[in-house]
Amino acid sequence: MSKTVIQVSNVSKQYRLGKIGSGSFNDDLTRWWAKLRGKEDPFLKIGEVNERDKKGQSDYIWALRDVSFEVVEGEVLGIIGKNGSGKSTLLKILSQVTLPTLGEVKIKGRVASLLEVGTGFHPDLSGRENVFLNGAILGMSKKEIRSKFDEIVDFSGVERYIDTPVKRYSSGMKVRLGFAVAAHLDPEILIVDEVLAVGDAEFQSKCLGKMKNVAGSGRTVLFVSHNIYAIRTLCTRAILLENGSIKMSGDTDEVANAYVFSNRNLNEDKLVHAWKEGHGRFEGGELLEAKLESPDPVLSKKTALNCSVTLIIENDPEMVGLTMHLLNEDDLVVFASTSLEDLGIRLAQGRSRLEVIIPSDLLNTGTYRIRLMMVRKNRAILRADDVLIFTINEIAEKDERLFQKKKGIVRPALKWSLTSAE
Amino acid sequence: MDSKQISEGENWDIVIRAEKSPFALRLQEIWRYRDLLTLFVKRDFVATYKQTVLGPLWFFLQPVLTAIVYSVVFGFIARLSTSGYPRILFYLSGIIGWSYFADCLTKTSATFLTNQNLFGKVYFPRIILPLSVVTTNMIRFVIQLTVLAIFIVYYNITGLKIIPNEYALLLPFLLVLMACMGLGFGTLISSVTTKYRDFQFLVAFGVTLLMYFSPVLFPLDSPQVQNNETFRTILLLNPMSAIIETMRFGLLGKEGNFELWGLLGYSIAFTIVLLIIGLYMFNRVQRTFTDTV
Repeated sequence: MSKTVIQVSNVSKQYRLGKIGSGSFNDDLTRWWAKLRGKEDPFLKIGEVNERDKKGQSDYIWALRDVSFEVVEGEVLGIIGKNGSGKSTLLKILSQVTLPTLGEVKIKGRVASLLEVGTGFHPDLSGRENVFLNGAILGMSKKEIRSKFDEIVDFSGVERYIDTPVKRYSSGMKVRLGFAVAAHLDPEILIVDEVLAVGDAEFQSKCLGKMKNVAGSGRTVLFVSHNIYAIRTLCTRAILLENGSIKMSGDTDEVANAYVFSNRNLNEDKLVHAWKEGHGRFEGGELLEAKLESPDPVLSKKTALNCSVTLIIENDPEMVGLTMHLLNEDDLVVFASTSLEDLGIRLAQGRSRLEVIIPSDLLNTGTYRIRLMMVRKNRAILRADDVLIFTINEIAEKDERLFQKKKGIVRPALKWSLTSAE
Repeated sequence: MDSKQISEGENWDIVIRAEKSPFALRLQEIWRYRDLLTLFVKRDFVATYKQTVLGPLWFFLQPVLTAIVYSVVFGFIARLSTSGYPRILFYLSGIIGWSYFADCLTKTSATFLTNQNLFGKVYFPRIILPLSVVTTNMIRFVIQLTVLAIFIVYYNITGLKIIPNEYALLLPFLLVLMACMGLGFGTLISSVTTKYRDFQFLVAFGVTLLMYFSPVLFPLDSPQVQNNETFRTILLLNPMSAIIETMRFGLLGKEGNFELWGLLGYSIAFTIVLLIIGLYMFNRVQRTFTDTV
């Protein structure tokens, strides 16, 4: 087994909500008085689970509660969770910006943490001066920075402006320069918080590539992001935080799926293969029913999916059509299909039933949701989300390796043939 | 979740937990970040006079202009005693010393507040910033000292004999003493102001007040001090008094016996106690200040 480089044991962090003023001064006095008599901090006993959207009773909340995990050398650990789930607090503790209220963290090796890009940039100094300053803040020595300076400038792509004060930079340029410095840190452990959210597409992919390199070179990376795609591609393992505690930890794909579902308040029980009730009314008609011609919402990749929709048009239809979107776990529309475009079916007045077949051997394994839209003259007049939800499972085959999810948004069965062999 | 696994070798590089001795100064770590210290000093230097025409000339102009104002207001109009020195030299020497102390104090006392954004994002020994402030000002002090030297030379040319005596050699020691005192006050105040900012408003006021109760304006042998017992006591209690007086005694070459050893001893003791308390508080606060600032 490889060696453990980060050990987090029973870490909790308590915060006081509200303003600091005479109220908190009273609490400080109480705490000080308790300490003086050799008693435990009275405020550690109270405190509530951190639920951002609910009003609580206490002024004290636990941003983290009893979090324990270990990271082994060379692992790329993704940390995911909703806003306020404790991700940033955890990273702050790991990067020594603040201390835990209870528990401890042990780390082996040199840590560089990147909670923000371009920390400590001084607006009046030139890009060159700021590279040195920022590098030193992140823990590099002058010598190290000097030896990597050209690489850094090259990576950032702001060579032309390197002697201009940073305050004249566009925000994108600042980010580029900041990330370029950080990317050339040479730590054994790298802690990164959501830095890919900024910068343009070209730079984002550059950053992802650099992160992949770092991860691939056997260094340990802790990575927080809302970008599930980035987590999936980079991380070897993931942790899902919810209200300050670890809800799940393990295989990246599983944890990422759990996160996506918890976000939508959906879980496996809520898979639907038939939809009937409510919210189907639109101007001049009603969506009555949608159904998968399968009694079970868990399907095999090898079966074609027959999906039927029943609807009623009451008024004179004028180019009314039905559009279907198929979405995957990452909210990506895998495909869209419309009755008008493909078949030229205009819906007649009265009750109609439409059928569409999603072919077998097309979708990858995973959970999919179908969104239905009624369209009139290219304008959506009804949108019904998550009408049908189903899962495609891998079927057991002889080869064990096939149990793993393959890469890709779709997974069509393509015909391969051997055209020449010697 | 991984339960308690026994990892091979318990030699961790970093242990982060709530209880940590506030006395641990971790000098090794500070040494490791020495490059950061020099870069902060450089930043403060370069950034101060960016976008000014005169640039670093302001280092010279500031004390000279203040000395001229004091000479006019306190010397020419109020006719305060200058112990027999030319007014400009008297005030300039006092101002240079005092402004070093005052700048160290006010700038370090704002450490946590002005750098909260930086401290909230990245870890480095927090004491680096106050140290960089003290160092930056030290360089400035030396530059300003050359202005004083120029004036001394000028007066000597015009016929007045002002020759520094052997007590001028105490200057480096006085400088360190002032640095420690400014650092002590600054770290103490910055620790107290992170959570409750009330003190912040008192700092500028307090420093000005302290200057009026120091030999910058009222030398110890002036009639205002000699004839007023209360004022004299307050002046002697001011830990900066001995330093300013000694600086003048040495640099402006006063005749007679040096009678300030006792007072200087008081300043040293005061500084040591202050610095210990200040660093203790600073160390305590730096660990969790991001939560309360």
